Amino acid sequence: MNYRRTLAYAAAVALTAGAGTAAAEGPVRIGVMNDMSGLYADLAGPGSVVAAEMAIEDIGGEVLGHPVDVLSADHQNRADLASTIARQWFDDDGVHAIFDVPNSSAALAVQELAREREKFFFISGAATSRLTGDSCSPTGVHWTYDTTSLANGTGQAVVQEGGDSWFFLTADYAFGHSLEEDVSAVVEEAGGQVMGSVRHPLDTQDFSSYLLQAQGSGAEIIGLANAGTDTTNAIRQAGEFGIVEAGQRLAGLLLFITDIHALGLEAAQDLVLTTGFYWNRNEETRAFAERFNERTGQMPTMVQAGVYSSTRHFLNAVEEAGTVDEAQAVMERVRANPVDDFFGDGGHVREDGRMVHDMYLVRVKSPEESEGEWDYYEVLRTIPGEEAYGAMEDGGCQYVN
Amino acid sequence: MIFDLLGVPPQALLGQLLLGLINGSFYALLSLGLALIFGMLNIINFAHGALYMMGAFVSWMLLTYLGIPFWPSLILAPLIVALFGMALERTMLSKLYHLDHLYGLLLTFGLALIIEGAFRTMYGVSGRVYPIPEILRGGTNLGFMFLPNYRAFVVVVALFVCLGVWFFIERTRIGSYLRAGTENPELLQAFGINVPRMITLTYGLGVGLAALTGVLAAPIYQVHPLMGFHMIIVVFAVVVIGGLGSMLGAIVTGLLLGVVEGFTRVFYPEASATVVFIIMAIVLLLRPQGLFGKR
Amino acid sequence: MERNHLILAVVAVVALLIAPHLLYSVFLMKVLCFALFACAFNLLLGYGGLLSFGHAAYFGSASYVTAHTMKVWGFTPELGIIAGMLAAALLGLVFGWLAIRRAGIYFAMVTLAFAQMVYFYALQAPFTGGEDGIQAVPRGELFGFIDLRDDISLYYFVLALFLIGFFVLYRTVYSPFGQVLKAIRENEPRAISLGYRTNHFKLATFVLSATFSGMAGAATVLVFQLASLTYVEWQMSGEVVLMTLLGGMGTVLGPVVGAALVVTLQTYLAPFGAWVTIILGVIFVICVLLFRRGIVGEALARFAFLKNDKAQLQRSDVAEATVTKEAAHDPVKPL
Repeated sequence: MNYRRTLAYAAAVALTAGAGTAAAEGPVRIGVMNDMSGLYADLAGPGSVVAAEMAIEDIGGEVLGHPVDVLSADHQNRADLASTIARQWFDDDGVHAIFDVPNSSAALAVQELAREREKFFFISGAATSRLTGDSCSPTGVHWTYDTTSLANGTGQAVVQEGGDSWFFLTADYAFGHSLEEDVSAVVEEAGGQVMGSVRHPLDTQDFSSYLLQAQGSGAEIIGLANAGTDTTNAIRQAGEFGIVEAGQRLAGLLLFITDIHALGLEAAQDLVLTTGFYWNRNEETRAFAERFNERTGQMPTMVQAGVYSSTRHFLNAVEEAGTVDEAQAVMERVRANPVDDFFGDGGHVREDGRMVHDMYLVRVKSPEESEGEWDYYEVLRTIPGEEAYGAMEDGGCQYVN
Repeated sequence: MIFDLLGVPPQALLGQLLLGLINGSFYALLSLGLALIFGMLNIINFAHGALYMMGAFVSWMLLTYLGIPFWPSLILAPLIVALFGMALERTMLSKLYHLDHLYGLLLTFGLALIIEGAFRTMYGVSGRVYPIPEILRGGTNLGFMFLPNYRAFVVVVALFVCLGVWFFIERTRIGSYLRAGTENPELLQAFGINVPRMITLTYGLGVGLAALTGVLAAPIYQVHPLMGFHMIIVVFAVVVIGGLGSMLGAIVTGLLLGVVEGFTRVFYPEASATVVFIIMAIVLLLRPQGLFGKR
Repeated sequence: MERNHLILAVVAVVALLIAPHLLYSVFLMKVLCFALFACAFNLLLGYGGLLSFGHAAYFGSASYVTAHTMKVWGFTPELGIIAGMLAAALLGLVFGWLAIRRAGIYFAMVTLAFAQMVYFYALQAPFTGGEDGIQAVPRGELFGFIDLRDDISLYYFVLALFLIGFFVLYRTVYSPFGQVLKAIRENEPRAISLGYRTNHFKLATFVLSATFSGMAGAATVLVFQLASLTYVEWQMSGEVVLMTLLGGMGTVLGPVVGAALVVTLQTYLAPFGAWVTIILGVIFVICVLLFRRGIVGEALARFAFLKNDKAQLQRSDVAEATVTKEAAHDPVKPL
């Protein structure tokens, strides 16, 4: 038994050693991994794959003299599945870079693997700022948004506009807690006051009880530190209970344009939120959005636009570095080049992996103001990247400090 | 005064009591349907949550594709879903009556997965909006709270339906057949009553109740494919607490737990998701057969 | 029969030893973990006749405890796994003690509700990391000198865990304890009248099942280096039921076959999104309607049928034939 195991073990080592050197120069392969059917399917999902394909077309379809391959997979919001897929992609399928990956636990799992194997990871869908904090990676880039920028954007801007007393409806798990904490800090620093908060379980259907408490607090702003259907349900029910009519205002801390689409303007109007991209902002964004719309039948969310932008930036960097296998050379280009497209507007990738770009504080239009099906936002303010993402030193990324 | 001691003003508490009753009436309607099906078929209908979701979706589809408004679909949608349920009963569930009850649970679990999966592939998970019907928009200021008219309507309808079903089962001739069927189906068959058809109709009625709950919920909650699952687990706990023995038990427990949950959301919101399960554990300790269970 | 088992076991072990050189080792480890989970679950359902719809609670809480002890407290892998198993056992003791007060469908609903409680706890408690889960758990060094970072050595460790678990569960089923358990399943009042304290037996089975579910959960942590909410969600409880049902409940090998099939399906159907749910649901329905013995149960039944014919013709090996017949009939009755 013992002998056989040793023998098998030796054979295994030989095999794996052989496999390691086999995959050398060849076509650049990227993988888009996200949730194709669950909670994030509409805001990322197949649309992100289309976005990556568009990016490849726009740089001419080839990098380093080979056509670029795109793989895609559904992690079904399971961290273990995300980890399995990523392993298989990196180890067997010769994938060089993974894109998107909404859902923090899945993204954190992929980040660990990518760091270990020195492969590239461009995150668009996940929110947690830990990806450039205690879980940062020299080959990981967090592209589109994070919890810090959402808190800074919405928290600060709303206080400046005079909404200085807050009450939070917080989803009772790590994401909600950290969002509430971040925003509270920003609000208090800007001279506002937090009157209290109430925590609700994930996937709550009925918010009436919490809304009643928010109403009782007398705060001017009700901050929604939750996501997905929790947020949309809370917004609808706030309308039903006449909360906005009675003079309180809602601030959504994580809302995508697909959420607004699902809610309808009637229920969502006058909400204030922060986003990393809005399709109807200028000529360039509109041009991209129209092309995207032709293929998918919806306007791009910030996550999908971020996948486009990051794919393009990455492939350009690979072309310039002349290699995809030397992580350091590629990352040098990734950091040195400005992100000069409709998404980044001159943003740049920081040492800790944060892509620093402008964020937008927007207000949701009323049905009367809206001029077309996806015409939902009025941009109130452009938040400069430095302000939105804060200082790198505060992030807690090990290898930077 | 005791309320003030707890740090919550009495009028706020009154509001929470009312909101709890509204949620409780959803629980009551669903657990009533479960109890009904269990009584006749000896099956715990795991697909109950999925059928509740289907009720909401069918009424949304009626509105979106056919322009049929809320009022007709209040009858129509439950009817459609009930027919669907009866087809399931005829083609699948009826094959399992001679087997252990657990097979029914497993089959309906599989059905729930299929139904929810199908709606997910068709509509994604962002959910759809069902507008509140025109006449019921707005609300009334009760002094201690703002009560949306639609919610008041929900409580009234739910209580009315619950009592109606209870009356139907306990006080009418068909209801007496039904009760007899629960006790001794062979004997009932011997009296010339078509028991298999009665079983099918009962399943239809139970499913219809679930779908009706869904239709009522659609204008309040986001209509989305997974809305049923969380609900069904809570309702299972409600059913364990109340015991499946009596219709009235199911109704009362449902309402009661809605209220308890409402209060928890004020005093200790961290536990509002688990309070029902904790109560279930306590009931299991002290009275395993459930509050209204026989044995 | 015993001899057959032994031959089968030897063949299987040899196959498992070579397997990582033919198939992707991480995939194989996942199959082994879930096979162990399904075997542990099968002890309760197939032999105890108790359908738990909340077994994810034990699998998941063990995975959290193992991940936490290894990452934060620096436990070695073997200690981490023992800690996870202890946690699962303890949880199984408390929940089992409450749940066995009800039988049948009530039991299923009660266990489901408890598992949901664990889910919400895992979502809210600070040490589990909420939706982030516990990530980057070091695989560490087994007994302080075998480096588990290498996939192949980890594979042999996971295989050893699986074999230990499988052997213990197998011995339990064929021990006097297992016989009493079957007696309770078939006719509880009679078992009581024979002087058995049936609740003690049920509880012991529940705890044993929870403990080895915990072992499976703990091993999964080593493989994927993370513990997340997925492991405590109701879908996980549903999946283990499906694995057991598909493979054949109340058969020794059924859960292993079922687990291998379901994990393979999930891996290769991953690109089809929500269709996975639908397909799993369809398999559920087909199993319940047409295929209640599961794959292994069905195969055994055919096999026994052939053997019976032969036995009747030759009348030489009557004793063996009856044993086979009994074994083949077992899977039909369990519920």
